Amino acid sequence: MRFRVHHVTRYRYEQPVSLCHSVAHLKPREQPGQRTRSAHIRVDPWPAVAREHLDFFGNRQSYFSIQQSHRALEVAATSEVEVTPRAVPDLSRSPPWERVIAELRESREPEALAARIFTLPSAYVPLDAAAADYARPSFAPGRPVLEAVSELMGRIYRELEYDPHFTTVATPLSEVLAHRRGVCQDFAHLALAGLRGLGLPARYVSGYLETLPPPGQPKLQGSDASHAWFAVFLPRVGWIDFDPTNDQVPGEQHITTAVGRDFQDVTPLRGVFYGGGEHDLEVAVDVDRIEPEPVGG
Amino acid sequence: MPPPSTARAMPPAALVDHYLPATGSYDEMRTATGEVRPHWRYLLDALHALGPAGIAERWREARRLIQDNGVTYNVYGDPLGVSRPWELDLLPVLIRSDEWAELERGLMQRAELLNLILVDLYGPRELIRKGLLPPELIDGYPGYLLPCYGVHASGARPLVQYAADLTRAPDGSWRVIGDRTQSPSGAGYALENRVVLSRVLPSLFRDSHVHRLASFFRSMRRTLTRLAPARDEHARVAVLTPGPSNEAYFEHAYLANYLGYTLVQGADLSVRDGALWLRTLGRLERIDAVLRRVDDAWCDPLELKEQSLLGVPGLVQAERAGNLVLANALGSGVLEHPGLTAFLPGLCRALLGEELLLAGIPTWWCGNPGDRERVLDDLAHLVIKSAGAPVAERCLFGADMSPAERAALAARIRREPHRYVAQERITPSTSPAIIGERIEPRPTVLRTFLVAEEDGYTVMPGGLSRVAWVPGTPMVSNQLGGLGKDTWVLASEPERQESLLASNELFAPAVVRESEVSSRVADNLFWIGRYAERAEGLVRLLRITIFKLSERASFVRGQDAACCAHSLLAALTRQTLTFPGFVGEGSAARLRDPVPEMLSLISDPQRLGGLPQTLQALGQAAWSVRERLSTDTWRVISDIETRLRSLTKKPPEELARALDELDPLITSLVAFSALTQENMTHNEGWHFLEAGRRLERGANLATLLRSTLTALASETEETLVVEAVLGVTDSLITYRRRYQAGTRIGALLDLVFQDETNPRSLAYQLLKLERLVTQMPRTEHLGGRTPAQKLVLRALTGVRLVEIDQLVQPDAGGKRTALEGVLGTVSKELAAISDALTAQYFRHEEQPHSLLNRVERGAS
Repeated sequence: MRFRVHHVTRYRYEQPVSLCHSVAHLKPREQPGQRTRSAHIRVDPWPAVAREHLDFFGNRQSYFSIQQSHRALEVAATSEVEVTPRAVPDLSRSPPWERVIAELRESREPEALAARIFTLPSAYVPLDAAAADYARPSFAPGRPVLEAVSELMGRIYRELEYDPHFTTVATPLSEVLAHRRGVCQDFAHLALAGLRGLGLPARYVSGYLETLPPPGQPKLQGSDASHAWFAVFLPRVGWIDFDPTNDQVPGEQHITTAVGRDFQDVTPLRGVFYGGGEHDLEVAVDVDRIEPEPVGG
Repeated sequence: MPPPSTARAMPPAALVDHYLPATGSYDEMRTATGEVRPHWRYLLDALHALGPAGIAERWREARRLIQDNGVTYNVYGDPLGVSRPWELDLLPVLIRSDEWAELERGLMQRAELLNLILVDLYGPRELIRKGLLPPELIDGYPGYLLPCYGVHASGARPLVQYAADLTRAPDGSWRVIGDRTQSPSGAGYALENRVVLSRVLPSLFRDSHVHRLASFFRSMRRTLTRLAPARDEHARVAVLTPGPSNEAYFEHAYLANYLGYTLVQGADLSVRDGALWLRTLGRLERIDAVLRRVDDAWCDPLELKEQSLLGVPGLVQAERAGNLVLANALGSGVLEHPGLTAFLPGLCRALLGEELLLAGIPTWWCGNPGDRERVLDDLAHLVIKSAGAPVAERCLFGADMSPAERAALAARIRREPHRYVAQERITPSTSPAIIGERIEPRPTVLRTFLVAEEDGYTVMPGGLSRVAWVPGTPMVSNQLGGLGKDTWVLASEPERQESLLASNELFAPAVVRESEVSSRVADNLFWIGRYAERAEGLVRLLRITIFKLSERASFVRGQDAACCAHSLLAALTRQTLTFPGFVGEGSAARLRDPVPEMLSLISDPQRLGGLPQTLQALGQAAWSVRERLSTDTWRVISDIETRLRSLTKKPPEELARALDELDPLITSLVAFSALTQENMTHNEGWHFLEAGRRLERGANLATLLRSTLTALASETEETLVVEAVLGVTDSLITYRRRYQAGTRIGALLDLVFQDETNPRSLAYQLLKLERLVTQMPRTEHLGGRTPAQKLVLRALTGVRLVEIDQLVQPDAGGKRTALEGVLGTVSKELAAISDALTAQYFRHEEQPHSLLNRVERGAS
């Protein structure tokens, strides 16, 4: 499946901003099952400096700096991505979750060594006994790991209420768990805290999800949004994604931008500006399917 | 510090006889069998020769030098004030040349090894890939900064400077007890200790053939120049400090001065075009290299600690782009991980193919299951460090904990084993320190300093030794209060003639080049000028007022003197803006008994606008730009601070006593202004200091004249008032010489208002200001006069055009309304000039804000 993702962020400032530095994770990541055919970011006003590099996790990180006085900033990222359907693994035939932990500790394969950072607590996913307790009922001794993770995903989907007004970036996980509500980031963080609390390697995935309008209705422009979910690592297999917001194993409708320990590592756009006073923010995302070009046409 | 009392004697023999190091630890001076090590004999003989009185005298001399140079070590949250003096022991630690050479080899190897580890961890991560370092050890350590991954320029040594804390095992072999790798401090203190000690014990120092320190700082300069990205002009280096409230601010200023670098704070800098720039007056100056004293995580709010105001947004990117060299590279704090020690022997073999020469303390990392169990079994005998914990919890002594506390710690270790490191508890070696009247062994830690050169590391021949006050203290740290010591590496033969040169060089800066004046520095200098003048004007007014109040008591002139005193008291309130005071509500009662209000203005440290607050503000502004002030100027500041302390600690209870305090204060303040006139280059910075002074003096004068001369008075009273004004303005002698006919308001105004040759007149202040603002830097493309220039011109012209005869005429109501009007205008104009200068030069870059507070959050 091929998609065009268009992600626009607009800041408007009350006072002029004289200088602004931003870093962004807006270009899709290269990874198995996903190929980026094109990706570019347009910044208005024109940035004096714009650069890109691969970060610690192999994500494409952009940096730009605007040095002219401005009262509005627009960052538009457009990419075309080809997602090949991933074989949904047979959950019940995965190894017992304890063995994953033990194997990870012994394994010398580079992917496994690189995955070990994802067993550790991080800024938004602290070591949280309550989160581990929340996850534990799904992890009966000897249970196949993916089956257990999948059940945890389903429980988060059913037991937590989706509420875009309850949490902010600063809401700690403990509060999300106590009130059982939040948005996709919170659900992903909760799953991560639970899995890491048990010793499993689990990472945060930032990206997009294609949404389809109700049958018979046209798709509204800007109605999509950036999305987040999580993935667990199995030695010799790799990373398997889970989307607790939709209770599904991502197939070809999920487009991955970046992976990290949590939201902080892969914030889509962050910046520091001089001046500006109060500001407001507007985000519009469109994920559109590109129909394959007719062969030989 | 308990001073070595001069009273009782220290019998020469007792120097050593009572010196009894603990068994089981190494002592620098005395062997286990009790002999004095040969290389200490010369020093001991010299001490014998000095005798107790001589030692006490040298000690006082050292203390005075330290005080004069303003050597301080601030302790955060110290309620006693910002700075407290650095303590220096008279006895240096002596180390033989051959011993030192061996230590040096070990240190150089260690620095090289740590540098290779640093390069690998932020690059290929082969050490983790090959299983030489567990990923949890590094990746779970807060000092390993993921945003800095890949920033280091290839080929260079990102670990530019390195410091190792050392002590000795009982067999005399050196042990590294800590590595300082992000912004190692202390080299400046080591230098200052050397300067002081070599001055206090000149012949001892000369005859001991001590290795000099200057070469180390030359290496540092060479390295920073070499590393800076090549540009046409010469490289510009800045020392980045967290600011005056940092504990080691003295050192930052001292080093910047010594090395000839500009001392900057984060807010002075900004990243543009992918490079680093310093905001100076009206322009931006490119910075090529930064010797930073700000810890890694605080350096860039864009990618590191978001709430940091100490850093510069975009700094990581500037480093990544190769447009800037940071010493040390961002992220080098990862090498301070205490658990790394356990892996160094293996890493040394793998990376250098050598055995590790310098041992660390036996260390176990709890992330390793085998080690963890061993540690948990032996918790009571170990020191537990938790990586990245707050300072207070960074180091726990199992032996000092209750069983319950140990159990809780064990549970924490089991929960997050990768964060905990255990080390054997060690007994530091001791060295002799003068404690009271005796020489006693004290636990000692030696901090050594290294800097990267093209083909390896150079070690400072010497270092900063610190001893604990209390015997048996396991940790020696300045944060906990300790005593500094110089460290003498003794050459086996005298250093060649060069040594003479080198010793001179210690006192002079390494280079003479003017460093840039940032907006912040100019701002501070401006306020130093204002506060110094404000304090001086206030003290002068207070003194004359006290005189006049005492005259009031005299029978003959009583009534008139009272009126005169009232107008002076009113001037006091207006000048200090301490309303209601002697003019507003309740002033009648205060005028009847002005003493309490006056004493409050003189000695109450809480009183806004009072003398103590003004002096304090002066001290703080001076401290913020201490690198710009000469040693002599600094000595005067330190005098002023001493007087301030005595004024507030023992507040005078009567005015006559207050006068005793005010007289010497005036002398210090006058000395201060003379020094800024004569000992400061009249450069950009000086112009601002001087402008501040002129503005303040003009404003004070306008207030004084307004309070004293606008009301009509009897002839006797008028004479008294004129006398008083002449007293405050220090113009009495000129006046008497010029106007022999007695005292008249017109003549007075002629002298203190319009006379352009009287340094105390209003016209003179404006004339000076006109010159100063003309010479201040300006943007080239701006034609014509600046706003400040226009304002000064208008005020000066106004003063020049005034007809004094008209001013002295009272109106029908018996008031000199015309005078009042003119003085009011001048006051407003002076305030406007100050605002114009502030707007033009001191408008700091707006505070950077983070956009993350309101980032987008997914809605799916």
